[in-house]
Amino acid sequence: MSNVSVDATESAHNENQPENNTRRRFLTVATSVVGGVGAVGAAVPFIASWNPSAKAKAAGADVEVDISGIEPGQLIRVMWRSKPVWIVRRTPEILEQLGNHEGELKDPNSEAEQQPVFAQNRFRSLKEEYLILVGICTHLGCSPQHLKGGAFEEIVEGVPDGFFCPCHGSKFDMAGRVFQNVPAPLNLVVPPYQFVDDATVIIGSEAEAV
Amino acid sequence: MNGFLAWIEERIPLMRVANMHAIQYPAPKNMNFWYVFGFLATIVLVNQIVTGIWLTMNFVPSAEGAFASVEYIMREIDYGWIIRYMHSTGASAFFIVVYMHMFRGMIYGSYQKPRELLWVFGMLIYLALMAEAFMGYVLPWGQMSYWGAQVIVSLFGAIPVIGPDLVIWIQGDYVISGATLNRFFALHVIALPLVIVILVFLHIIALHEVGSNNPDGIAIKHKKGSLPESEKTKYEIHEYYTSKYDIADDVLPFFPHIVLKDLVAFCIFLGLFTYVLFFAPEMGGKFLEHPNFEIANPLKTPEHIFPVWYFTPFYAILKAVPDKLFGVLAMFGAIAALFALPWLDRGKVKSWRYRCGLHKVNLIVFAIVFVFLGYLGGTPQENWKIIASQIATVMYFGFFIALFIYSKNENTKPVPARISK
Repeated sequence: MSNVSVDATESAHNENQPENNTRRRFLTVATSVVGGVGAVGAAVPFIASWNPSAKAKAAGADVEVDISGIEPGQLIRVMWRSKPVWIVRRTPEILEQLGNHEGELKDPNSEAEQQPVFAQNRFRSLKEEYLILVGICTHLGCSPQHLKGGAFEEIVEGVPDGFFCPCHGSKFDMAGRVFQNVPAPLNLVVPPYQFVDDATVIIGSEAEAV
Repeated sequence: MNGFLAWIEERIPLMRVANMHAIQYPAPKNMNFWYVFGFLATIVLVNQIVTGIWLTMNFVPSAEGAFASVEYIMREIDYGWIIRYMHSTGASAFFIVVYMHMFRGMIYGSYQKPRELLWVFGMLIYLALMAEAFMGYVLPWGQMSYWGAQVIVSLFGAIPVIGPDLVIWIQGDYVISGATLNRFFALHVIALPLVIVILVFLHIIALHEVGSNNPDGIAIKHKKGSLPESEKTKYEIHEYYTSKYDIADDVLPFFPHIVLKDLVAFCIFLGLFTYVLFFAPEMGGKFLEHPNFEIANPLKTPEHIFPVWYFTPFYAILKAVPDKLFGVLAMFGAIAALFALPWLDRGKVKSWRYRCGLHKVNLIVFAIVFVFLGYLGGTPQENWKIIASQIATVMYFGFFIALFIYSKNENTKPVPARISK
């Protein structure tokens, strides 16, 4: 009632002023809180509707891949969450080479936290034979080329197989590990995946810990 | 904090505007429940804008994609159904509160001098709102969207000479098509909302310039120097008003007194609104018509075709006249008559409380006729309804004619000089 001038103060005091202000304050606070809860509740649908829709979730679901037909040394591409995923069947020679150039790599043991725990080693895979990677350069998102059978020698001397990004020249070996002195900061990403049996892999989720 | 506010105030008149238009705005203290509908209309407008923005995030404005994208919103977007139903229920709620708001203006004479422009701005909002609602109803591209658009756009074909070409120009095609849908989308989400918001702004500015009317239709502003100090309001009213007039002890500051009253109405409104939203969003086919759950089919007209309920009174007038051009003229004339109300009413007394008995009867009959026309326009055609809608149409226009005649020399009751006396 502060906006009542002096004349009315007396009558206003008698008629309108509460004997004590606690009840009025309680009602004001209680009403504000209820209104606030309502406002927050009303905001929920608007915020939640920005989440991926049921359609987007379905499109982003796990992908099952039959790998029985991959020849040794071959790379196949599958799509998972609209991203290229590479599956390479590595030959014993390729696996052997992996140990030869570790001095030239940024993070040979995959210590940067960016992959499932099972990939924190030289081979970066569940089964040494199969390399599974998200085929997107960790620099600016181009998809590197697979150079094999000595074609990679032109890029890195002494390494016959690897991945080379045409956009900004980043280089990766056959475990997706990044070489030094290139723009890409990290190794290629290993997606979560699991083997259902010897011929089938599911990309998108890891096996439950036993 | 005060320093910061002062810094702001020197650069933009934040508190001055807040004080002038809300906190220290003088509102007549006898405002009753009829006076909450303007506030509620503003709330619904905000609801329509916010939910509308969210709907455009997933709506696809094309003949191929529109219907499917609405289904996508309803079924696959998290909470998409609630946002769409808020928008569709909001459209009907908008017209309910606007019709109440307009009837309030009619019974208390809020359109009379000096509030003619205020009324005209309000009518322009109503007109823009009808265009907005019509185009919005086309967007889901269901059967009623398509055939409703077909009928309404064909109305322009009744205009002599240019009619047929005008229809093709509006459609952007030889039939209602994706081109029509796309331009209606642009108008619905950008052009008309902008127009409506600007008109609402002008409506409020015009209201605050002339001041709010009240159920007694008694002025609260008096000539400067005409009131003794004891009869002036004791509340702090913005000097914009007090410097030009003596403000009688008949007012309350808009905040908190009127705002709190409006908030009570808002709570009741929310209760009713959410009930419809959650339990009856289609309102038995009145808010969302059943044929609209079927995708538009240019080869098959639905068995019964009506506009949504808020257009049905005018639709009944259109159907009542057995001539295409005159039917269209009668329909637009029904709206034009409302525009002209401030000049058709020649009375000097505002509120029906102090006007002649005939005026009260005339107003009530008008309201009943309007609702009855709505019923006739929104239910399947039957023989008796043709003659009934013709009678009702005559009675609709009869209201304005009678008002024009009896308001010239009306037997009015004495109007009190002050609200509190």
